[in-house]
Amino acid sequence: MEATMENTRTTGTADVAWDHDDFQTVGTPGHDDPRMTAGNVDVFYGEKQAIMNVSIDIGANEVVSFIGPSGCGKSTFLRCLNRMNDTIDICRVGGSIMLDGQDIYDPSIDVVPLRARVGMVFQKPNPFPKSIYDNVAYGPRIHGLVDSKAELDEVVEQSLTRAGLWDEAKDRLDQPGTGLSGGQQQRLCIARAIAVSPEVILMDEPCSALDPIATARIEELIHDLSSQFTIVIVTHSMQQAARVSDRTAYFHLGRLVEVGPTKQIFTSPQHSLTQDYITGRFG
Amino acid sequence: MLSPQQATERVAASVGARYRRERRFQMYGKLAIGSALVFLVLFMANILQKGIPGFFQHYVTLEVDLDRELLDPMGDASVDSLFAGNPRRVMQLAIYEATGAESRADQRAAFKLVSTGATNRLRDMILEDPSILGTRMSIQFAVDDDADSYLRGFITKATEERRRRVKDNQMDMIDRLQAEGRIEYKLSDYIFTGSDSRNPELAGIKGAVIGSLLTLAVCLSLAFPIGVAAAVYLEEFAPKNRITDVIEVNINNLAAVPSVVYGILGAAVFINVFGFQRSWPIVGGFVLALMTLPTIIISSRAALKAVPPSIRDAALGMGASRVQVVTHHVLPLALPGMLTGTIIGMAQALGETAPLLMIGMVAFVVDAPSGIFSPSTALPVQIYMWADSAERMFVAKTSAAIIALLSFLVVMNAAAVVLRKKFERRW
Ligand SMILES: Nc1ncnc2c1ncn2[C@@H]1O[C@H](COP(=O)(O)OP(=O)(O)OP(=O)(O)O)[C@@H](O)[C@H]1O
Ligand SMILES: [Mg+2]
Repeated sequence: MEATMENTRTTGTADVAWDHDDFQTVGTPGHDDPRMTAGNVDVFYGEKQAIMNVSIDIGANEVVSFIGPSGCGKSTFLRCLNRMNDTIDICRVGGSIMLDGQDIYDPSIDVVPLRARVGMVFQKPNPFPKSIYDNVAYGPRIHGLVDSKAELDEVVEQSLTRAGLWDEAKDRLDQPGTGLSGGQQQRLCIARAIAVSPEVILMDEPCSALDPIATARIEELIHDLSSQFTIVIVTHSMQQAARVSDRTAYFHLGRLVEVGPTKQIFTSPQHSLTQDYITGRFG
Repeated sequence: MLSPQQATERVAASVGARYRRERRFQMYGKLAIGSALVFLVLFMANILQKGIPGFFQHYVTLEVDLDRELLDPMGDASVDSLFAGNPRRVMQLAIYEATGAESRADQRAAFKLVSTGATNRLRDMILEDPSILGTRMSIQFAVDDDADSYLRGFITKATEERRRRVKDNQMDMIDRLQAEGRIEYKLSDYIFTGSDSRNPELAGIKGAVIGSLLTLAVCLSLAFPIGVAAAVYLEEFAPKNRITDVIEVNINNLAAVPSVVYGILGAAVFINVFGFQRSWPIVGGFVLALMTLPTIIISSRAALKAVPPSIRDAALGMGASRVQVVTHHVLPLALPGMLTGTIIGMAQALGETAPLLMIGMVAFVVDAPSGIFSPSTALPVQIYMWADSAERMFVAKTSAAIIALLSFLVVMNAAAVVLRKKFERRW
């Protein structure tokens, strides 16, 4: 066992020629109308570098998916986009990440409003152990987005409707969010995230704990939401990436190997690593 | 590699042994619980058997002439006048009459049968209702503890007369009083309303219970907020570095420090430096708070650690500040665990004796404390003092006090369970 693992790892890296620092992302990492721009981002966990010199634009109202083998740094990079990595003591981030032309790692930036602008949905549904209503109302309440109970009711209803949960939840708003099914919980988390009207929503494998039907609902939802929000989604399912995203970014061992329009990435990838991954040679 | 067939055979062969091991293991568990239960039952039976008589005592009914001249020499029923009176003489006359004692020796022996608290009781009755002056009334008085011991059968004629505290003539008098139906065995008036006393028949646990409650109140109001605040800071905000590691190790060490050491520290700091007086509940509360702090901090940190990180991520991802994450989500979820830890710490503190001895709560205090700044004792210390007394009646009172202490502990632990059930939330 030990030996095989060792082997895969060495073959994996042996193909990769980026010991020297002139590695260039192939494809089209740039975008004409960027909402977020990452420039030469490095991320270290203690001594270990998890992200190396990644640059990519996330366009306004586009859905970008991050794919790549396990441990390649997709989550790490995603968490940089709303500074969730700040909660990890040993994590250091270098380079620049701009949101609407403003560096989010600038010392003058407060993470609290930043995270209201860049929301996040996690891999495992994590509703608060509170009522469905309170879950959705939490963001608007703490950020003071509403002035009256009626307004809050409206925000809750709209968010749940957009998340496709209103019909199932409207009669049980006062029941705990933790009592919903897994797929419903994940839609509740999405409703909670959109209730503060963020500009960008980050989703880290939002469907990995769900069955195909619940997954299909969420994918539909992502599609609907993309008219209003910018969405970045990490996924292990290439079909999912193909179905929901406009552009796809392929990560490998901390590098951003290739970015391009989704269709192109899946039909005619330029980099051999991307090709190997999508044809299932490793991953 | 085995073929699937061989593997199945091997598994089948090992199954029997595995089940046997499991049954044996379960049996050990049951044995352990069983023996613990047996000890518990024996212990409780012993305490109850010894302690329940401690709540009862013998009373004697006497016809008392409430002579105006003797009791109220100034004739105005004022406190001064009553204290100038001679209720002792009135008592003597009543007991001589009831026992028919005539010789001086008999009279002296007869007077010893009634508790020395009887004269106070008489005075209190008159203070309460002066109109009874000049009348003749039947009044019940507690029997002296030696006579009580005879009535309980602890002292018998089998012992040589000069070696026992109740003499033959006294025994005859008691027998006669009993035959006349003047003696009654009933729930003691003093056990719940009295405080410590040299006379065991007048001693009660009120002072000790109030002292314990005051001490615990001080302890709780200090230890809970400080402990929770420390735990929240260490767990949620403090950077993880050498200094916090050292603090963590030291908190764990403090939890293991013998309680008597806290008593010495308390005596040195709170009494010598702050100028508090010995045997004040506030000093006891401070010392017990120091002692329970590590317990509360450790259990609160465990409760905080048990809150799933996904909840913190969810709140942080919504843009909650770190303080909001703690107050809105983490604290409510950790509170039941914190409360349980605190109540267990309080239960420990309630039973703690050694540190209270060090700060002088072992003093002989006749009055129930009026506040956290008045001399006081505490239940466990009272138990310790009574257990040390020679009088036979204190043995029962000791067990009675133990029953009271255990009842408090049971109530507190039940409260911990109820709180935990009530606030427990699923996620
Ligand atoms: N908190 C952490 N501390 C130290 N190292 C970490 C931490 N989180 C991630 N890493 C390391 O960083 C690298 C990238 O991890 P990351 O979680 O971003 O991968 P991923 O692409 O999301 O993988 P997966 O698809 O399995 O979720 C991995 O080598 C991982 O071991
Ligand atoms: Mg991941």
